[in-house]
Amino acid sequence: MAPVLQLDDVHTDIAQYQILHGVSLAIPQGGVHVILGRNGAGKTTTLRTIMGLWKARSGSVRFRGDDITRLSTPDIAQRGIAFVPENMGIFGGLTVEENMRLATKDGSFDTQRLNRVHGIFPAMAQFWTKPAHALSGGQKQMLAVSRAIIERRDLILVDEPTKGLAPAIIRNMITAFREIAEETTILLVEQNFYFAKALGQSVAVIDDGRIVHSGTMAELASDAGLQSRFLSLSLEAH
Amino acid sequence: MTDTTASFRTRLTTGIDRFGGVLLLPVELAVIALLLIGQPSTWATLTIAGLAMGMMIFLMASGLSLIFGLMDVLNFGHSAFVTAGAFIGATVLGWLGFWVTGGNPALNLAGLLLAIAAATIFGGLAGWFFERVVIRPVYQDHLRQILITVGALIVAEELVLLIWGGAPIPVPRPAVLTGSLVLGGVSVEIYRIFAFALGLAVYVALYLVLNRTRLGLLIRAGVENREMVEALGFRIDRLFILVFMAGSALAAMGGAMWAGYQGLITAALGSEMMILVFIVVIIGGLGSIQGSLLGAILVGLMANYVAFLVPKMALASNMLLMMAILLWRPYGLLPAVKR
Repeated sequence: MAPVLQLDDVHTDIAQYQILHGVSLAIPQGGVHVILGRNGAGKTTTLRTIMGLWKARSGSVRFRGDDITRLSTPDIAQRGIAFVPENMGIFGGLTVEENMRLATKDGSFDTQRLNRVHGIFPAMAQFWTKPAHALSGGQKQMLAVSRAIIERRDLILVDEPTKGLAPAIIRNMITAFREIAEETTILLVEQNFYFAKALGQSVAVIDDGRIVHSGTMAELASDAGLQSRFLSLSLEAH
Repeated sequence: MTDTTASFRTRLTTGIDRFGGVLLLPVELAVIALLLIGQPSTWATLTIAGLAMGMMIFLMASGLSLIFGLMDVLNFGHSAFVTAGAFIGATVLGWLGFWVTGGNPALNLAGLLLAIAAATIFGGLAGWFFERVVIRPVYQDHLRQILITVGALIVAEELVLLIWGGAPIPVPRPAVLTGSLVLGGVSVEIYRIFAFALGLAVYVALYLVLNRTRLGLLIRAGVENREMVEALGFRIDRLFILVFMAGSALAAMGGAMWAGYQGLITAALGSEMMILVFIVVIIGGLGSIQGSLLGAILVGLMANYVAFLVPKMALASNMLLMMAILLWRPYGLLPAVKR
């Protein structure tokens, strides 16, 4: 089956610094796929380049076979890619309901879908009318993910969803992502190997703006040598 | 921030909250003014004048606040729209001659509304041109924004001088709005009542648009996080044009109202008002319509009370008010972005 997302030799600069030095990646349809790497390796830049928030200097990004490298961020989003940024991108002055409503296509909710989201994250129903700035860190992350799935998307990009979350919340997130991955493809950027291992089907390790390893998660999880070589000690290898 | 400063801010916030929170600050200011002024009728006249002035400043400031908050644009040329609105309003009132000054109240009002509408429409169209030609090339660059908008302001003021000349221009006030009403022994200028009502109507309309429509939801979200709005699939650049046009139109509307209030206008009108407009935007909180209203009322009341009590301190009082509020709440009284 053709990959849902394909990056070929992508180079991205931020100001005068080159961050991505030719990233190539193929993400198959369905399931959770993980990009692992230390801080500053280029994980977030890869996601932001896919989303068009930072433009690739060269190379190409193809989504469902179409070249989206030069498209604007809104156009990319409208093609069916959702983005959950590292800072969650929650609108604190808006209520939970308003945050979610913004992510709907025409401003109205599909009841069946909304019930499903509330089933995955019951806290969202509980705090429906509360301003988002009043939520805890974990609840904000749930809202960010809920917003990404309130409409059917073909691909969800998630940047370090476990950052700063308590272990109990991380366990809830694993369950939630498994359920979400039943209907869509998730590309996850993580440093938390425990979380990545529990969810990922395939994995790519990025270092210094290049993919240095790619394969199945099972292979990486069972090979201490690969882990030591590619993940070193900077990862939280629980 | 030191512990002492933080503790002072917390104590101050607790104290203000005990007296109803920031929304009641104008009431608290009015009570203090009553104690200082002593005469209830004088105090009432000053309070009504302050509220009317505040509403007219609100018209000028609300758009600028949204432009700051949503677009992150430092538009020092905003006063050009105020000035243009004032002169266009005055010109239309002059053209309508007998409509405005005759004895038919319906024609009087129609004339005034036409003048305000002309100023507002011109402000919106000029805002569209200004955004495309002046602002668009300098998004993300505050220094160039300041330079180019100040430059555009100078050009606009020169254009006003070229078209209307340097001499002060008298503004005919509609007959139906001249004179005063005596309410409970207090003399109230009718024009001030109209200015207050118009400002309130604009506030209600803005509030409804921002809080009850999808467009408003997008604007509020954009004020907080432009990038995320784009990542959700919305073209923020289209929103920018719309907000800039609306902000410029409101400034022109405020200018037209202020022209009628002053009775005599010069090309410096906008620049003179901008100090107060900037104070309102800063103390209200960037991107916050509620904050702009609260800030404008505080500034209007403060200007009138202090002009009566200590005339030489009239302008300085609002500067001091801004400094005090910023020391207490660095993001303004009602910031749009919740941290």
